[in-house]
Amino acid sequence: MSHDPAIRTGEHFLNGDEACAEGALACGCRFFAGYPITPATEIAETMSRRLPEVGGVYIQMEDELASMNAILGASSAGVKAMTSTSGPGFSLMMENIGLGIMMEIPCVVVNIQRGGPSTGLPTMVGQQDMMQARWGSHGDYEMIALCPWSPQEMFDFAIRAFNLSEKYRIPVLIMADEVVGHMTEKVVIPPKEEIIRLYRKKPQVPSNEYIMYETNGSLVPPMANAGDGYKVITTGLTHNEQGYPDMTAEAHEKLITRLCNKILLNKADIVEVEERELSDAEVVVVAYGSPARSAVLAIKKAREQGIKAGLLRLRTVWPFPEAEILKLAKQAKTIIVPEINKGQIVREIERCAKGNCEVILISKLALIHTPDEILEVIKNRRL
Amino acid sequence: MGQTEIKLGGFGGQGIILAGYIIGKAAALYDKKNATLTQSYGPESRGGACSAKLIVSDEEIDYPEVLYPNVLIVMSKEAYLKFSPALIENGSLLYDDDMVENNIEIDKSVRAYAIPATRMAEDLGKKIVANIIMLGFFAAIMAVVTKRSLEEAIKTSIPKGSEELNLMAFQKGFEYGRKLVKLQSDVKS
Amino acid sequence: MNHNEVHPMDRLIRADRMPHIWCPGCGLGTNFTCFLEALNQSGLDPDKNVIVSGIGCTGRVPGYTNIDSYHTTHGRAIPFATGLKLANPELTVTVFSGDGDLFAIGGNHFIHAARRNIDLKIICVNNFNYGMTGGQFGCTTPLGAKTTTSPYGNYEHPFNLVQMAAASGAVYVARWTSLHVRRLTNSIKETFAKKGFTFIEIISPCPVSFGRRNKLGEGLDEMKYYQENSVIKHGIDPNEADLNLNGKIIVGKFIDIDKPTFLDNQPKLQTPD
Repeated sequence: MSHDPAIRTGEHFLNGDEACAEGALACGCRFFAGYPITPATEIAETMSRRLPEVGGVYIQMEDELASMNAILGASSAGVKAMTSTSGPGFSLMMENIGLGIMMEIPCVVVNIQRGGPSTGLPTMVGQQDMMQARWGSHGDYEMIALCPWSPQEMFDFAIRAFNLSEKYRIPVLIMADEVVGHMTEKVVIPPKEEIIRLYRKKPQVPSNEYIMYETNGSLVPPMANAGDGYKVITTGLTHNEQGYPDMTAEAHEKLITRLCNKILLNKADIVEVEERELSDAEVVVVAYGSPARSAVLAIKKAREQGIKAGLLRLRTVWPFPEAEILKLAKQAKTIIVPEINKGQIVREIERCAKGNCEVILISKLALIHTPDEILEVIKNRRL
Repeated sequence: MGQTEIKLGGFGGQGIILAGYIIGKAAALYDKKNATLTQSYGPESRGGACSAKLIVSDEEIDYPEVLYPNVLIVMSKEAYLKFSPALIENGSLLYDDDMVENNIEIDKSVRAYAIPATRMAEDLGKKIVANIIMLGFFAAIMAVVTKRSLEEAIKTSIPKGSEELNLMAFQKGFEYGRKLVKLQSDVKS
Repeated sequence: MNHNEVHPMDRLIRADRMPHIWCPGCGLGTNFTCFLEALNQSGLDPDKNVIVSGIGCTGRVPGYTNIDSYHTTHGRAIPFATGLKLANPELTVTVFSGDGDLFAIGGNHFIHAARRNIDLKIICVNNFNYGMTGGQFGCTTPLGAKTTTSPYGNYEHPFNLVQMAAASGAVYVARWTSLHVRRLTNSIKETFAKKGFTFIEIISPCPVSFGRRNKLGEGLDEMKYYQENSVIKHGIDPNEADLNLNGKIIVGKFIDIDKPTFLDNQPKLQTPD
């Protein structure tokens, strides 16, 4: 086994931001472009120290518009690339996340959520960008967003985010929050052989037969990198399979439908949830990110008091686990949704529950819910 | 329940967060327990109030916040005043008595242990190791993590070349704590 | 006429995308040809050449170029190109875009890429207005010029692009007009051979949007104007190369210096795996 300085196999005591950077490196990320912003700065700091050690490039851009485009450019040249930010920077990235979706460029964008809107609460936690993650760029598209709840998952999900982005040729979002980003815990980095590292499918045809966005029925076309000799042609305009701008309704319908379907029809591969104590649960907490940690203790206490409580934790939030929620809504009487916002994912849950059960939001801003706050709602539910 | 909830407080620049980090690292990596460290950030990284919150447990740690610590380690009067009301009954208070002031009224329901860590650090010629002296003191008084693990965690968390100074500071704090514990048990018996 | 005849530029253009979208009298066809000619003459491997643009009439150039081509969002060609170049230093990366794209919406990226000395070849076609949206004033529109959003004459001071490029740290700065095909082609060739952030401004006619409203005549009339009013002044301080609506056009190569690039200066601790 050769030593790889990018993979620090062993046990470490890392905060979520650092763990995220290590996960990216372990998956082969060799380019980072970013702009400092609390509470995501530690990711940039770690990358600025680590990338030169592994032959990669760190560049601090003039803003998040530039950061987003720089990672799209780097990935277009065949190098796995990442940026990290928080609310204000995430807003600036939106237009070009759309460019990444349209050109189908793999990359990873990390948002360590803080309080908003505007400058908001830089040093305190939020989950207020969850709908922005889904709908923030203009137009129709499907998105992949993962929500880690610990530094270990920051590491693991960074790897998963890169793998999903390479597999489906799409920017993948890690929608973490300040508590998870700044929390320090043990992180186990496995040996290199145990880390799955996917890379985009490359064209198998000679360059003169290569058609930019020809899928051959797979929904995800192979990707030629700049410099490979395939004469890439790509644009943010609606385009046909050749990559040529095509300003027709037919071309638009065909392209957007495929961009959506490559995610929607692969939900079984993308969506991940964690279930705890669900088999007989009558009241279920559905949570993601740091509030899910409070929910674990809340359902434990509820069980001690004889209440049949369970937890569904959303590790993937986009695409949304619709079938899982509907199934749960048919089983449980009440679904409780603690969120550090005024109610975002709860709307999706209401939509998917289709009136089969009561859905209660526990909204809290700037702090994570205490287990007792969730327990109180579990105990005082009507049904 | 095998869970210790520790709050550390002081002002920025005292190495409060590093102290919390070292205890957590000692627990998580060397004592093979679970540890979760969180911290409150202010916009200024020097001078402002700062605190670290650490949970050490044999079990999986879920809720990461420390609302009612059973150990409070403070190195400023402001931190003492702000955080001591939340300390649970029979909780342990470890404080730098020069920084917190000698004649404060300590709640009778807590077990208080004082050390002039900052003055001792000045005697060593490096005021910045007051936090490490505090860790030695903590190791002598509390059985949350082992002394050996703390020493390992210190060695792997401080700048290269400063190991000797830091381990000496740790030892000073530890010895001071040992003497204090012995003195207190002598008084009791 | 022999229909199998191949134009010498055919390997570098996407002939199946013709006809192009540009208006009669537009300078872009000429500017594009100069770029292709320079690429052709340079002897560089086209497969290691990449062209990137933002939005606008000039932004359509990459789509007609038969090399790796990226038509990105408005203003963002330079940061996208930065990523390409840094991720694969073997590539020669040209940014071919308009004045509005590079200096209004994308101005901040321009000055920072120049400051960092990213090895990019920037070619800016300056037609003094936003042509694709029908002719609005922009950051290069001369004082007094009429556009659809400056019906009483533009009352904002314009940028002097060559001055801005030089002040921001570009290692090569030149200006030509669409008329100066030989000099422009040579200039582009020079930038291909030069390491670092290079900048060429091409003054280019937009008779349909800008020329018409400012009584500059047809495309040919603008070319005549360039012929009569261009003054070649190599090596002058770009500060003295201001442009105005009916004045002289100072052209030439103003800056040609050497300094380490971003990649030259970045820490080298390990070779890539």
